[in-house]
Amino acid sequence: MSRERTFNMLRTAVSMIAAMLVAFIIILFVSEQPVESIKIFLVQPFSSRRYLGNIVETAIPLIFSGLSMAVLFQAGLFNLGGEGVFFMSGIAGSLVAIWFQLPFFIFPFVCIGVGAVTGILVMLVPGVLKTKYGANEMVTSLMMNNIAYGIGCYILNNIMRDPSVSSLVSYKYRKAALLPTIISGTRVHLGLIIAILCVVIIYIFLYKTKGGYEVRATGTNIRFAKYSGIRVTKVIILVHVIAGAVAGCGGIVECLGLHKRFEWTSLPGYGFDGAMIAMLANNNPFGVVGAALFVGYLRVGADLVNRFADVPTEMIAILQSLIILLISAEKFLHKYKQAWIEKDVNIGEVKNEGVF
Amino acid sequence: MGDYILEMNNIAKVYGNGVVANSDVSFNLKKGEIHALVGENGAGKSTLMKILFGMEAPSRGSMSLKGKPVSFSSSKEAIGEGIGMVHQHFMLVESFTVAQNIVLGMEPQKYMFVNKEQAERFTDEISQKYNLKVNPKEITKNLPVGVKQKVEILKALARGAEILILDEPTAVLAPQETKQLFDELENLKQQGHTIVFISHKIPEIKQISDRITVMRSGKTIGTYECETVTEQEISNLIMGCEMDTSITKEKRDFGKTYIHTEEISYKDKSGVQVLKDISFGVKSGMIFGIAGVQGNGQSELVDLMTKRKSIQEGKILFEGKNIENLGVSDIRKTKFGYIPEDRLDQGVSVSESIRENMISNRLSSRLFNNHGFLNFKNIHAFVEKNIKSYEIRCTGGHQPVGMLSGGNMQKVVVARECGDEPNILIAEQPTRGVDIGAAHIIHKKIVELSEKGCAVLLISADLSEVLKLSDVVAVMYEGEIVAYFDQTGGLDEEKLGLYMLGIKRHEAEQIRKAVNQE
Repeated sequence: MSRERTFNMLRTAVSMIAAMLVAFIIILFVSEQPVESIKIFLVQPFSSRRYLGNIVETAIPLIFSGLSMAVLFQAGLFNLGGEGVFFMSGIAGSLVAIWFQLPFFIFPFVCIGVGAVTGILVMLVPGVLKTKYGANEMVTSLMMNNIAYGIGCYILNNIMRDPSVSSLVSYKYRKAALLPTIISGTRVHLGLIIAILCVVIIYIFLYKTKGGYEVRATGTNIRFAKYSGIRVTKVIILVHVIAGAVAGCGGIVECLGLHKRFEWTSLPGYGFDGAMIAMLANNNPFGVVGAALFVGYLRVGADLVNRFADVPTEMIAILQSLIILLISAEKFLHKYKQAWIEKDVNIGEVKNEGVF
Repeated sequence: MGDYILEMNNIAKVYGNGVVANSDVSFNLKKGEIHALVGENGAGKSTLMKILFGMEAPSRGSMSLKGKPVSFSSSKEAIGEGIGMVHQHFMLVESFTVAQNIVLGMEPQKYMFVNKEQAERFTDEISQKYNLKVNPKEITKNLPVGVKQKVEILKALARGAEILILDEPTAVLAPQETKQLFDELENLKQQGHTIVFISHKIPEIKQISDRITVMRSGKTIGTYECETVTEQEISNLIMGCEMDTSITKEKRDFGKTYIHTEEISYKDKSGVQVLKDISFGVKSGMIFGIAGVQGNGQSELVDLMTKRKSIQEGKILFEGKNIENLGVSDIRKTKFGYIPEDRLDQGVSVSESIRENMISNRLSSRLFNNHGFLNFKNIHAFVEKNIKSYEIRCTGGHQPVGMLSGGNMQKVVVARECGDEPNILIAEQPTRGVDIGAAHIIHKKIVELSEKGCAVLLISADLSEVLKLSDVVAVMYEGEIVAYFDQTGGLDEEKLGLYMLGIKRHEAEQIRKAVNQE
């Protein structure tokens, strides 16, 4: 097992490095002063407190969405509905943040609660369809994204829109609803603590509880799970509830932490980012934090070369796709793995494995 | 060396998960011989043959065919060089006719269509030439196993196979069918074909082969002329030591009826009657064996009893309780164990550890579950105890089950299912594909359980297993119980074979006795 795990980590590392190399090649082609640009891309994000803060604040929603996906993937469910959940729970939480009036120490949490419940409801649609009618969760969740977006836009346009601003945004949230900044000189907000809390809770759930065991058993061999008396239907519903709650938190936390009003006019893309993060993390909750920070770093770097040099931010999209491609390609580096294993095992001196 | 048609030297194979299947194997064939390749499961026989047939690339070693070095990167190349293989699980298109299967991939053409008559004529011709009688027009799905096997052999011969590899061909056959297969193989040998015969049934090997190569834990132990070694010697060579695999059973009285079925009938999706009026009873302390050629309704019966399929007609009672409206998880909460036929499909989750695999059915037990949290201390103790008592060969409870050999994997399954001394145990082919040592441990555990009062239902196609363990035996044929023996004394495989093939049948009154009323 350790060999398998080491290899997975190695493959992830190689994928990341390969993606970086591709980034350099792109920069070489498009930039007038490539060396300078690469330096900005690599080093600048670490150069100041503000940029470091940028990395962390970029990582916060990625942690939520990555965590949500990791739980789904652990159960063997390929649901990409995080996208719609983020948008819809942002809308629902915003309604509360605009029109409710509560004391500041519970106000944000009420908003987050509403966001989480919305997330659960949206996520349950593909979950229930899957268990009741055997509908493929990937297809239904992708459809749900569009539905959530449509409904969300309707609410934004007709109920929440602030007519005094020319662009399509909502009214301002009440001050008491906003998540406070926790590190001065940055915009890193309380959402970070909430995210880390979620990571710890999910980790404990997955690896220390009966429910988590059932989720993993369902994910690794669903027939084995059924045979063992695990109620697979219940597990699938439970997983959708958890994933919906986590992604729902993520949506509204992002709104309350970074923006003063609801500003998304298109799907924010966090659902798909989550799938990438979960893959990078090999579906491990703590790994999600690392993966989210890495992606955050790439994005801040890309943003900086965009601003201080002449490389467009779109480069980052290519990088991300490449990472996913390499990690999801099972056979990538397979040859080396086989050679490595053969070298590792001393063929001549095999013990009587398996023989009584 | 010139008289060898095939030589494989110093072959080694390491699989991607680190398992060394062959470490230093040398194997050769003389033209026109029947060569038995024997060894326990996991000894590396199948791997070696897969290398010969081009399905796996060797990590090391060389091969030469008719004196010139060869290496195959696919089965297609091996077929091109005159090597044919009949797999244990048949590779036939079930919905095609016999002729269609035989010409598959080399269809005679008429304009752009397949020439059906020519295909059938061709099938007839080779069928006559090799004296393997099949009906070219028959749909493959409807054929009995023995005939399907003939089709497989013909398929290989039709592609010009001079060397024919048969992977455990007798595992699926009744004794009478085996005899017929051997006649056919003799005939092929007369015609100059070379046959590799993989098996672990020693009497058969003695009977059919000219030379024997013994493999043990990935190595060749040696090649012997068949006349020069005795059955006992072969057995010792396979095991590497002498071993007593006999089972002693204490004479005991049976208690209450724990398993009771009443006139179960079942029709599958296409309306075929797979089970008809099955009634039997298993008492506490009794091992009730069900013998039969595979595919005669046994797996459907088990599916009904384990709630993978819902009951259509009849009743099943466990300890007097009707299970009709219970789910798998309800049954799992009672003292119930089930060793499934296919361990890789249902029995284990290969990527998970031994520990996780051993607790899947008792997550709700007070011992392991503390308000929803797993009690790792108790789980650990339970797993360590089982690894010891079942002699599971592993590096520890954390090792993924997929890294274990078949026998050890099965021990994990048995340990889990028998772990808390169930009152009812359904054992479906409990030692299929398991080495002799592991099989012996599993047999011992099953007998031990029954001595403690468990009612055991043993379903197996391995007649020696059924005869060795069972107190009473029923035979299933085409979805019915056709024979019932209330003791196993005086029974042998030949006798059971007659009922398994539907040649003989007990009177209804005798079969009725299977109910075992108190």
